[in-house]
Amino acid sequence: MTRKRTRIRLSPGRVAAWAVLVVVLVATVFPFYWMIRTALTPAADIYADSTGLVPHHPTMINFLRVLGLTSQEEARAAGGSGAQVDFLRYLLNSVVYSGLIAVLQTLFCAMAGYAFARLRFPGRDAVFGVLIAALMVPPIFTVLPNFVLVKDLGWLNTFAGMVAPSVLMTPFAVFFLRQFFLSIPREVEEAAVLDGVGAWGVFWRVVMPMSRGPLITIGLTTTVWAWKDYLWPLLTGREEETRVLTVALGVFQQQSPNTMPDWTGLMAGSALSVLPVLVLLIVFGRRLVESLNFTGIK
Amino acid sequence: MGADLAVAPRRQRADIRKGRRAGPARPRKFRDDRKAAWLFLAPALAGFALFYAYPTVRGVYYSLTDHSLLGAANFTGVDNYRQLIGDEQFWNALKVTGYYVALNIVSQTVLALGLATLMHRLTRSVALRAMLLVPWLVPNVSVGLLWMWMLDANLGFVNHILNALGVGSTGFLTSPTWAMPTVAGINTWAYTGYTALLLYAGMLQIPQHLYESATLDGAGEWRMFTRITLPLMRPVLALVLVVSLIGSFQIFDTIAVTTKGGPVSSTRVIYFYIYEQAFTNFHMGYASAIAVVLALLLGVLTAVQMRVLRASRSYLA
Repeated sequence: MTRKRTRIRLSPGRVAAWAVLVVVLVATVFPFYWMIRTALTPAADIYADSTGLVPHHPTMINFLRVLGLTSQEEARAAGGSGAQVDFLRYLLNSVVYSGLIAVLQTLFCAMAGYAFARLRFPGRDAVFGVLIAALMVPPIFTVLPNFVLVKDLGWLNTFAGMVAPSVLMTPFAVFFLRQFFLSIPREVEEAAVLDGVGAWGVFWRVVMPMSRGPLITIGLTTTVWAWKDYLWPLLTGREEETRVLTVALGVFQQQSPNTMPDWTGLMAGSALSVLPVLVLLIVFGRRLVESLNFTGIK
Repeated sequence: MGADLAVAPRRQRADIRKGRRAGPARPRKFRDDRKAAWLFLAPALAGFALFYAYPTVRGVYYSLTDHSLLGAANFTGVDNYRQLIGDEQFWNALKVTGYYVALNIVSQTVLALGLATLMHRLTRSVALRAMLLVPWLVPNVSVGLLWMWMLDANLGFVNHILNALGVGSTGFLTSPTWAMPTVAGINTWAYTGYTALLLYAGMLQIPQHLYESATLDGAGEWRMFTRITLPLMRPVLALVLVVSLIGSFQIFDTIAVTTKGGPVSSTRVIYFYIYEQAFTNFHMGYASAIAVVLALLLGVLTAVQMRVLRASRSYLA
């Protein structure tokens, strides 16, 4: 293949490569289109009208009923099981759950990462080593005793119990932020120290503002993981007041009859779980994509 | 990851010491900040002690008892482990998990590597990469439901296509033969984009001039892939491979939504088995014993990972 640097010629290989890429993209995105298309279809139409790319009688009723905005009768008429669902509330619970975890975990891990990167104290490397060793313990192993602990504390079905194991720290975030703080030139902090600022002041007023990029990166990654969480909220937040979206979808699925699942309602609920993530992607797209450059490799 | 930790801080400290001897006197404040340090560390250390260290000890202890979640626990020694050896469901769970991991890792890595290479050689579009990331951003529960619908035996879109092609429809998730490959396929769909972007990030570190001079020498794309991309990507590939390997051992959400371990235990993976033992059958002690075995297994895998990573270190760095 001979190719000039400035003007790229359309070789058959290049065309084929682009074609493959387009196929992959379609395969990636199409199921989401089908999700939304199903959510916009009246339940009664689903037998007759399940191949067309566009619904023949588009409707918002499925979204309205999973958001709890219709009466029981209307919901049942539209193909629901008549069970009470209120995805607006679960959506809010999910936002609270992942928001609390993302903000607090990032803050506390930044503090710890800073101490490990910059402050001098006896036993620093040993403590850091022990903390990082926790990366090796598979989550299910700690889930069992943590559940007993939260249960014994009487924190089942409270946000406190749901976020407790993850708000204070996660070994990866401590490790990641420490790596970044190590790369900040010391001179910057020393100038502040000469001005008489204490360790907390240096951290809060100098280091944190300088670290906005990595902090947002780790905060976003944490938000995504918390948003996707299923097992832990399933165990500790079953009740309406604390039920998050993923758990609600599971419950909704079980209430849906086995013979003819409420597919239009299920897809409407699923679409609602994708929506905030899409907003995140639109607002922070470049950042999220580029965050993989650090979190994955280094 | 662990291998880096031991080296970086030590080297850094050496630089600091050298700097200190040569340069002007540094302010005293930085020398010993014991008090500040423990305050900075207090939340993280509390979190570590309460929710990582203590439960680890607790978990090992539970594995030696008949804890039921409801009543008091009696110490039963290694009974749980003895029971484990004769437990067919346990061995089946290990087998099924291994099958899933093999299917998922191979398909996901091969596809991701191909995808990353295509992107690397064709485009730097952020929009395209963002689109590939969408399935990874979505909860596994939603992904599971979406694919249950796509693959539904009567009304699913995939079966419409298969019917149109004259293949005939399949109950993908209800067939003991097809359920596990289907679950592996669903998770491949969900994670390939993410894995591809990790690999792509690694490829960006390969110096561009290597490809330029290879082109001048008349090398084709395939040759460049096998002679430049693949060898230089080995460390990154090894890291990504082992991280997704350990990740795929922990499959739970997709199974919990789509097949619930069935049909006839063909998808009862180890994570799901632990969950059932602990929270459906209330055998917390027994579940903990399985979890201990899983932890040891993953520990061995991690050790192997370290070896592999060290062996393949630094063509690029």
